[in-house]
Amino acid sequence: MSMQILEIHEPGETPLPHEAERELAVGIDLGTTNSLVAIARDTRPEVLRLMHGEALLPSVVAYLDGRQPVVGHEARALIGEHPDRVVRSVKRLMGRGYGDVKALAGTLPFTVEPGEAERMVRLRVGGRVVTPVEVSADILRALKNRAELALDRPVTQAVITVPAYFDDAARTATKDAARLAGLQVLRLVNEPTAAALAYGLDKGAEGTYAVYDLGGGTFDVSILRLEKGVFQVLATGGDAALGGDDFDHLIAERLAAERGGPQLAPGDAKRLLEAARGVKEQLSQASQAEIELDLARAKTRHKLARAEFEAMIAPLVDRTIAAAKAVLHDADLASAEIKGVVLVGGSTRVPLVRRRVAEVFGREPLGDIDPDEVVALGAALQAEALTHGSDTLLLDVIPLSLGIETMGGLIEKVVPRNSPIPTAQAQEFTTYQDGQTAMAIHVVQGERELAEQNRSLARFTLTGIPPMAAGAARILVTYAVDADGILTVSAEERMTGVSQSVEVRPSYGLTEDEMIGMLRDSMEHGAEDMERRLLVEAQVEGRRLLLALRAALKVDADLLDATEGGSIEGLAAVLDRAIEGSDRHAIAAAQEALDQASQEFAARRMDRGIRTALSGRALDDLERRMGGAAD
Amino acid sequence: MTTAEATARGEAQAVRACWSCRGPVPARERFCPTCGLVQEPVAGDHFARLDLEPRFDIDATDVERRYFALQRQFHPDRFAARSAKEKALSLRHATALNEAYKVLKDPLGRAEHLLSLAGRPVRADGAETVSDPELLMEAMELRERLSEAAAAAAVDALLAETRANSAALERKLGHAFAAGDFAAAQKLALRLRYAAKLIDEARERRRRFDR
Ligand SMILES: Nc1ncnc2c1ncn2[C@@H]1O[C@H](COP(=O)(O)OP(=O)(O)OP(=O)(O)O)[C@@H](O)[C@H]1O
Ligand SMILES: [Mg+2]
Ligand SMILES: [Zn+2]
Repeated sequence: MSMQILEIHEPGETPLPHEAERELAVGIDLGTTNSLVAIARDTRPEVLRLMHGEALLPSVVAYLDGRQPVVGHEARALIGEHPDRVVRSVKRLMGRGYGDVKALAGTLPFTVEPGEAERMVRLRVGGRVVTPVEVSADILRALKNRAELALDRPVTQAVITVPAYFDDAARTATKDAARLAGLQVLRLVNEPTAAALAYGLDKGAEGTYAVYDLGGGTFDVSILRLEKGVFQVLATGGDAALGGDDFDHLIAERLAAERGGPQLAPGDAKRLLEAARGVKEQLSQASQAEIELDLARAKTRHKLARAEFEAMIAPLVDRTIAAAKAVLHDADLASAEIKGVVLVGGSTRVPLVRRRVAEVFGREPLGDIDPDEVVALGAALQAEALTHGSDTLLLDVIPLSLGIETMGGLIEKVVPRNSPIPTAQAQEFTTYQDGQTAMAIHVVQGERELAEQNRSLARFTLTGIPPMAAGAARILVTYAVDADGILTVSAEERMTGVSQSVEVRPSYGLTEDEMIGMLRDSMEHGAEDMERRLLVEAQVEGRRLLLALRAALKVDADLLDATEGGSIEGLAAVLDRAIEGSDRHAIAAAQEALDQASQEFAARRMDRGIRTALSGRALDDLERRMGGAAD
Repeated sequence: MTTAEATARGEAQAVRACWSCRGPVPARERFCPTCGLVQEPVAGDHFARLDLEPRFDIDATDVERRYFALQRQFHPDRFAARSAKEKALSLRHATALNEAYKVLKDPLGRAEHLLSLAGRPVRADGAETVSDPELLMEAMELRERLSEAAAAAAVDALLAETRANSAALERKLGHAFAAGDFAAAQKLALRLRYAAKLIDEARERRRRFDR
């Protein structure tokens, strides 16, 4: 039996996994109003549709007794009949605590369960209570199904987009939802960045661009530099709770006032919101809209002129314009330096929005890619890049500063907003009392001066500090933000090395136990999917070892005698075969055996390596000395 | 043993074992020459991280070109389909590259980094100000002008002036570093730091006028 020697690759160009585990990875735009799933092949992205060609899946879920959750148009149609069983715009609650939404309760189309201020909100839907994470997971499951139908194979990996302005808690909630839905998140990509990627690759754009994304529930504006395949985000800003939904609310309030009468029941209020959305969308084409309402057994007719609508929403649009200016300012750019403005999101169809954006950037915005689809297309491109390799490079930033609460409730910034990610920043603190052995650490995100004005992400206590005089301990707190914009905090007492690391599971997030419980309850295929992931991971590991060994044999095979070589080859063949199979325990065992058997070989190679380095050096030295003598 | 031999021995010991194939990896290599896998980042200054000579006069586009080229190799997006260990290593490389780029693309960052490499850090707490009353006066005067600026135009004028001043300081820093005059560089860097702070504050004020 002969050993097949693999080709040696250039550093950094080691081959990607084999076709078998090169699963198709999809791109998902998980929107407030509409969600989409797309796939890219050979950098050509396309949105996956249902049989009758519908691309957008309304982000609406209905929970009827004794039935699986219903998602999409069907669920939206149920709002009329069962308003209390239907959840929409749930993205606005991702990563939010009960305290955050209590203030908004009157204006939200949800019935919020009372709870602790710093816990994740829960919604009452008919007889049951669901978290926003579970509702989002139901939407993701529907998209996963759609993709599996369209592609006719299992889909377990995805790039999911999030508003650039999403904070750590909302990002973590999104990842949790994916996990519940049986999707492995390859990367969270910011929505405007995804849009820029789709634009840049499609139109070959170069230069500095602005992306203005006004969707159903969120607003983002980002400035990016596009150059030779590099997409570098210079600055980003926005508002994670501003979008077309807010326009709907203004219209709904107006209609309710015209109708008069007592306050509407929550169900009627939801229907009124749907009607308001219709009026708003009509006004993008027509200068006047008419509507008939049939609520609480009373029929009424209403008219709204575009000019009136524009006057109503002007303050909200102004807010987006102020944010756009602030981002230009953060990027230290004048609007004249922006080469183009890309419009994204359904709400950029509102004529007033287009006018104001054109005004502030001094140019007509670009709109040649469908603003509904561009984010999903970008996500699909990135999903392909991550699984199949690519030359493009996305360099994104963190949208909001991360800080730590200090004395007097002030905050000290540890990672400033618009820092490129991944990043790690450390700050040193000390104790303020003699003999102090513990230190509370409060992690916050936001731009305000006081801790309480910002978003509280997590609290933990570093314990076990040896008692010292006040000011003698040196506690180094490190914030590490990964490429998804998710934070890990660690703290270490430098004199003694007492250290603690916490992945910030935001206070508003699910606990690991809750997560496991939900996984158990909600996923028939949960265990299977998990098993499959573990198998793929074992295969990746096993292949890595084989590759390493074969590379080593190619250069240093002479260090082994025939018996040793034969035994290593035999074990490698066993591992090879195990990898082709589907028993991850067999792979692990074969890997372990091969690893053991090649220890001695490794040691000999290391010896040889050091001797070579020494003799190379000695030669250099000799040459130098000889050169010196000739002088 | 001669010193040359001692250094040689030191370098040979700096050969690391690849975590994957356990083969020898020369100290500065980022990938294993045998199996090609990514290795631990080595400790080093920001210049070394971007394969640049430790100099003040560097073209900003050079810094950027190196940064992009290295991020293309090390960014976590390049390692999404790889083993957990490789992912973790790529994260550390990419983090270090971002930090090096942040420091070196900015002349003030570059100057301060060079000074700290030379063992003459510019104190962030501004302790040197006391010994330089002239600088203190200058800074106070400018800050006063900023707080009195009643219109956007006044802030703009101050900004333009401070930026011109910064550019002049950067030129002088270039000469000081070229001449190896670290004492002068230290003073200049401190002044540049004050100017940068003033620019930040002025920009913040300008932003408020814009709203
Ligand atoms: N013709 C139109 N005129 C005005 N608004 C429109 C029009 N078409 C869609 N919209 C609005 O666009 C919003 C939905 O946009 P989009 O699908 O981009 O949002 P989303 O991606 O679901 O939300 P987000 O990105 O905020 O999470 C809704 O508020 C919808 O009413
Ligand atoms: Mg959207
Ligand atoms: Zn190796």
